[in-house]
Amino acid sequence: MAERKLRVATTSLAGCFGCHMSLLDIDERLFDLVQVVEFDRSPLTDIKHCGPCDLGLIEGGVCNAENVHVLREFRENCRILVAVGACAITGGVPALRNNIDLWDCFREVYQYEAGTAKGVLPNDPELPLPFDKVRPIYEVVHVDYYLPGCPPSADVFWKFVTDLVAGREPTLDREMLRYD
Amino acid sequence: MSGHFIIDGRTIPFRAGQTIMEAAADAGVYIPHLCHRPGYTPHGSCKLCTVDVDGRPASACTAKAQEGSIVENDTPALNDDRRALTEMLFVEGNHICPACEKTGDCQLQAVAYHLKLVSYRFDHFYPARGVDASHPDILLDRNRCILCDLCVRASRDVDGKNVFEIGHRGIRSRVIVNAASGRLADTDIDVSDAAVRVCPVGAILIKRRAFAVPIGKRTYDLKSVAEVAIEEVRAQREDEGG
Repeated sequence: MAERKLRVATTSLAGCFGCHMSLLDIDERLFDLVQVVEFDRSPLTDIKHCGPCDLGLIEGGVCNAENVHVLREFRENCRILVAVGACAITGGVPALRNNIDLWDCFREVYQYEAGTAKGVLPNDPELPLPFDKVRPIYEVVHVDYYLPGCPPSADVFWKFVTDLVAGREPTLDREMLRYD
Repeated sequence: MSGHFIIDGRTIPFRAGQTIMEAAADAGVYIPHLCHRPGYTPHGSCKLCTVDVDGRPASACTAKAQEGSIVENDTPALNDDRRALTEMLFVEGNHICPACEKTGDCQLQAVAYHLKLVSYRFDHFYPARGVDASHPDILLDRNRCILCDLCVRASRDVDGKNVFEIGHRGIRSRVIVNAASGRLADTDIDVSDAAVRVCPVGAILIKRRAFAVPIGKRTYDLKSVAEVAIEEVRAQREDEGG
């Protein structure tokens, strides 16, 4: 066991939190995990800003201005930054909208879709500016490692973190390498 | 002229007229490829099968085997070139594996697994490409097309229909449909055609088959692309009578 716990931050940008759910799928190994890691900013802790960390796990691609700010905060604070899942690596399912006009997307969701109250487009100044294209995170900041999959399996997370904690270069076996 | 050549230090035989790809496959040696398919006229366009023949690069699917030549195939440098080419195919299209019903049966994906592709050195293009859903049984999704030309060759040489062609040039190249309307519905293509089944990616799909085989039990979930390629060649040789 490591003398000092590995400090880990996690976030979901343009993702569905499926990768976070898959991390939790390591099940009883969570008890082993918390012996060697502690969490900084993460949906698991509700800490709002990232402090200096050993490891940052980023789920999801970049779809708006806030995503960029969060991603840069992680890059500045995390010694090792990891793109977790198909969306962080390729844009993924949210990137399906990349060839649909943003205005058409908004109208489909907020005006034409059944059950939308009065068809009003959200326009609060606090809402982050959406981008016309969803981008993978490596196109915005330097990324150190990639965990493919939609989501990466619990075993992928476990293999990666245990390799890192043991001081080994993290590698994925062929059967852990999946894009779906 | 038949004879022998050396591939990755191993001496293998070839028959007169065989390409390096064919002789290697007969000997159970996998050379990564996408636009090649046993039995089809070679196209030599994807360049994934590039090998070094006596120190010079050549496409294994088009280069004839030569007596005594020394071929390098499975080397870190060649595999890195192949990875770069495969990355380009991914970023130049819209290959969203989690949303594609071909996942697990896709050769592009399987080759990428073989090459251990986990990251990209290029930015994604997200090109605007069309979908042709006009046909009642067959879907043409150009977002996933890698321009391997296999559907063109299958339709022309096997089905005798000439339904497909590669149109336009350079980055604008697209599979086009040979009908006045340009729509698949206005051709005589049929679900039983080789052109429909030969597509290595999810560009040409038979409708309503999406999850007949669940993810996790598909071709490349169970076997590697190398195993499948070698087995296909063996099956073809048995069909030919040895």
